[in-house]
Amino acid sequence: MIEIENVHKSFGNLEVLKGIDLTVQKGEVVSVIGGSGSGKSTLLTCINSLEKIDSGRILVDGTEVHAKSTDLNKLRRKIGIVFQQFNAFPHLTVLENVTLAPRKVKGMARQEAEEIAVRQLTHVGLGDKLGVYPGRLSGGQQQRMAIARALAMSPEYMLFDEVTSALDPQLVGEVLDTLKMLANEGMTMICVTHEMGFARDVSNRVAFFHKGVMAEIGPPEQIFGAAQHPETQKFLSSVR
Amino acid sequence: MFDTAMTLNDLMFLIKGAGMTLAVTAFAVTGGTLLGTLFGVIRSQINPWLALPLTFVLDIFRSVPLLIQLILANAFQAIAGFGWPPFTTSCIVLALYTSAYCTEIVRGAIEAVPTVTRRAARSLGMTWGQDMTQIVFPMALRVGLPSWIGLTLGVMKDSALVLWLGIIELLRASQILVTRLQEPLFVLLVAGAIYFALSFPIARLGGRLEKRWREND
Repeated sequence: MIEIENVHKSFGNLEVLKGIDLTVQKGEVVSVIGGSGSGKSTLLTCINSLEKIDSGRILVDGTEVHAKSTDLNKLRRKIGIVFQQFNAFPHLTVLENVTLAPRKVKGMARQEAEEIAVRQLTHVGLGDKLGVYPGRLSGGQQQRMAIARALAMSPEYMLFDEVTSALDPQLVGEVLDTLKMLANEGMTMICVTHEMGFARDVSNRVAFFHKGVMAEIGPPEQIFGAAQHPETQKFLSSVR
Repeated sequence: MFDTAMTLNDLMFLIKGAGMTLAVTAFAVTGGTLLGTLFGVIRSQINPWLALPLTFVLDIFRSVPLLIQLILANAFQAIAGFGWPPFTTSCIVLALYTSAYCTEIVRGAIEAVPTVTRRAARSLGMTWGQDMTQIVFPMALRVGLPSWIGLTLGVMKDSALVLWLGIIELLRASQILVTRLQEPLFVLLVAGAIYFALSFPIARLGGRLEKRWREND
């Protein structure tokens, strides 16, 4: 379970998170929508402490993420994150990209790591690209590789930060299909997304962020059918 | 048609000088690269204000002409009673000089690694050290190698200045021959050819590595 309690975060004078409260249960898929600059992506990077928070707390399975005593490298093993920008390790093949962390972080033997990597890469449809360098992959393939790379660490939670935003429109579908597949398998996911169809079809709950505040959260039917908050209504009418 | 007084012995004398050039260069580049890598990591990873003393010292090594550094260092070691032979002094000064340039190459190359790539590495649970060794260094190597090859070739030629400390390296050896044989053009032509023969393999090695890496991109 991920518990976010009254989290505040500023960059200089700009407060990007103004007291966020959110609890995500095991097996739940929560989509986070909202305009740019609303703090959605920052929240994700705070969950695995790539960004520090100013106040409040975030607990993952009861462990306080930003406590000094927390072993972040250990905690991060169970929180996979995939970013908007493709961030393949360009000097490593697809297979090596995926085996690196299991080998170095978990101390897995090469053969075992490769078996897992092949399984995950096949799962996301890249089973025939093992020896290829990321530079030869399309954006969609690179994103799927990044997903397989995160999955190879057997995370309990997956965070997706606008993973389709930098993709050509015709490549968005293949990545969304991969996310849907994961959701159907019961992965706990927080997806920051601009894909309203995806948010509606896949999520258990949808959260709408506006200017650093979670203005509204509820089941997709409520958010997309009968949004309570005027800003939610305004945002949804602007993206439709 | 073509006649020279240069004997095989003279040629061997030049080649011995070239050996000295190579030795000084090897020590300078090895030491300079190790130090430069360390300094480059420090410069890129810590607060610029904290790195200021280091930056300042390295700036001195980059700004003061190498010849002045060599002569001052040699005088200093004599006054201080270190008793270093000229070869040691030369290698130390050249290594520091090389490290000053290498630091900037390493810093630039490390900073060229995108933050998002490093974040991805850390988000997988990698430690700072694993991120550096597995991701940052391999990626930075590709960025920095061409400049490093250039630096190495430059240091090899700059190493000729150690002749002022009395070391008989390639240029000094050719000067001695010129004085004795009175055939400056021919002797310098041979010396130049030897310099080229020393540099060419290094330049080619760099070119080949770059090509191999490019094929993967």
